[in-house]
Amino acid sequence: MTNYIKLIALGLVTLFALIAANYARDLAYLVNALTVALVAGGLFLWVLRHTDEPVEKVDLSGEYMDGVVRAGVVATAFWGVVGFLVGTFIAFQLAYPALNFEWAQGYANFGRLRPLHTSAVIFAFGGNALIATSFYVVQRTSAARLWGGNLAWFVFWGYQLVIVLAATGYLLGATQSKEYAEPEWYVDWWLTVVWLAYLAVFLGTIVKRREPHIYVANWFYLSFIITVAMLHVVNNLSIPVSIFGSKSVQVFSGVQDAMVQWWYGHNAVGFFLTAGFLGMMYYFVPKQAERPVYSYKLSIIHFWALIFLYIWAGPHHLHYTALPDWASTLGMVFSIILWMPSWGGMINGLMTLSGAWDKLRTDPIIRMMVISIGFYGMSTFEGPMMSIRAVNSLSHYTDWTIGHVHSGALGWNGMITFGALYFLVPKLWNRERLYSLNLVSWHFWLATIGIILYAASMWVTGIMEGLMWREVDANGFLVNSFADTVAAKFPMYVVRGLGGVLFLAGAVIMCYNLWMTVRRSPAVAAANSAVPAE
Amino acid sequence: METYSLLREFADSWMLLFLFLFFVGVVLWVFRPGATKTYEDPSNIPFRHEDKPAPARDADAKEA
Repeated sequence: MTNYIKLIALGLVTLFALIAANYARDLAYLVNALTVALVAGGLFLWVLRHTDEPVEKVDLSGEYMDGVVRAGVVATAFWGVVGFLVGTFIAFQLAYPALNFEWAQGYANFGRLRPLHTSAVIFAFGGNALIATSFYVVQRTSAARLWGGNLAWFVFWGYQLVIVLAATGYLLGATQSKEYAEPEWYVDWWLTVVWLAYLAVFLGTIVKRREPHIYVANWFYLSFIITVAMLHVVNNLSIPVSIFGSKSVQVFSGVQDAMVQWWYGHNAVGFFLTAGFLGMMYYFVPKQAERPVYSYKLSIIHFWALIFLYIWAGPHHLHYTALPDWASTLGMVFSIILWMPSWGGMINGLMTLSGAWDKLRTDPIIRMMVISIGFYGMSTFEGPMMSIRAVNSLSHYTDWTIGHVHSGALGWNGMITFGALYFLVPKLWNRERLYSLNLVSWHFWLATIGIILYAASMWVTGIMEGLMWREVDANGFLVNSFADTVAAKFPMYVVRGLGGVLFLAGAVIMCYNLWMTVRRSPAVAAANSAVPAE
Repeated sequence: METYSLLREFADSWMLLFLFLFFVGVVLWVFRPGATKTYEDPSNIPFRHEDKPAPARDADAKEA
């Protein structure tokens, strides 16, 4: 019966997508409509061919649902390499403008590729990592199989569709010009559906948990899922110009729109890239160190302090704008108070290793996790400092901001994800160990040196550019033109690009290592078959 | 009173007080007597049920 409902729904979606493609008012919408038609049509055929097969009722409640986690791990590694590759390419586009090829003008120039890069690394790489690890962690810490059966697969594939629609849309010019929220209205609607399904799977699993206590990692994951749902819906309130076109008009305008955008934008950092990844930290660091988190009390205070404070920090993106002073002061004050929970969390993560520091010498995975927590501490120190109005007047609109974002994203989010992937792959594919720890060390050093090159060159060029912009001569005239700063930045741009190459090389090595782990590493020997007496 | 002023006044008085007290309450609650012992068990959750979910509750009941 459900198959017939599915067939009707998929048939209607296919039909509507084809009609939409026919009436499409712009190229991006046309391509996206055809993509949807192709996916829905393909699923229609697949369901049709399997519709009369007898369904075996197997009780799976005694096993974890790991297939979707495996798929998520593969997707994380894949989108990671894609995102890093695009990022490295656009870094060189800034150094060598000739790379904005004439023949690809309007499709592959910096302006089109930049949102592709940011969305690919944050939402495709980071998002898949969060979905996969949250599904893994919530099952283990709840001692229960994922709720909702194949709904988890719907979340996974639905999310990949969001990525593909958004990415092709960017290249063809569909964007609502909101940083980190560029996808147009129909992608936003689809993401809302997928995200609510994600919330349902996660919450359903927590509800049917067998552990009386909800482990702290799940608190972080849950706050990430709920807050992102709220931010996404409010920031994407827009009215489509036509149901057959990608263009939409925002409901808010002027400074209200800017405030909503940065309330969203900063909390995308706070809840997507921080709270979610802290959930990862609170599970994988104790697992890899083989000891419980340093202080469970501190982790609870960390959680409540972080979510209470982060939500107010957004206005620091709008210093010296039409936003009222009290609002940007509020944002600045809360950003500075954020130091405390951030560093409390960092200390909690690092001290989890107390008594096991020797593992740093022997275990490159724990080294990766430790340096990621180190970068978390560094970027959560740098961020509040840059949010102070006086510092911001120097740093805003310069490369310093870009350097700050990357020390957080590459250092904290990237490294903790790599650590989690190295932990997960042997477990998920039932392998005794990784293919090569040596290659993990290579990855570690390539990535670390890459980040250092990146961050250091951006500090230099950012502060230089900020000082050049405000330099005035004795008569009060500006000394430098904008083009002067661009020319002065060239050497640092090349160094930054090289840092990107190193980081990308590390990720490629990781993919090879993980692939060989699945292919070559010995399987875990079957456990002793003797069953303990009940 | 216009909506903005109304909400603004509420936000920086009663709501602020509520959020502040809630947060202070959480911190005090975490340090309640006996908390250290209570949290010992949850902090070990990651080291249980690594490969398999816990058996269903009715199975627990049978064993007991």
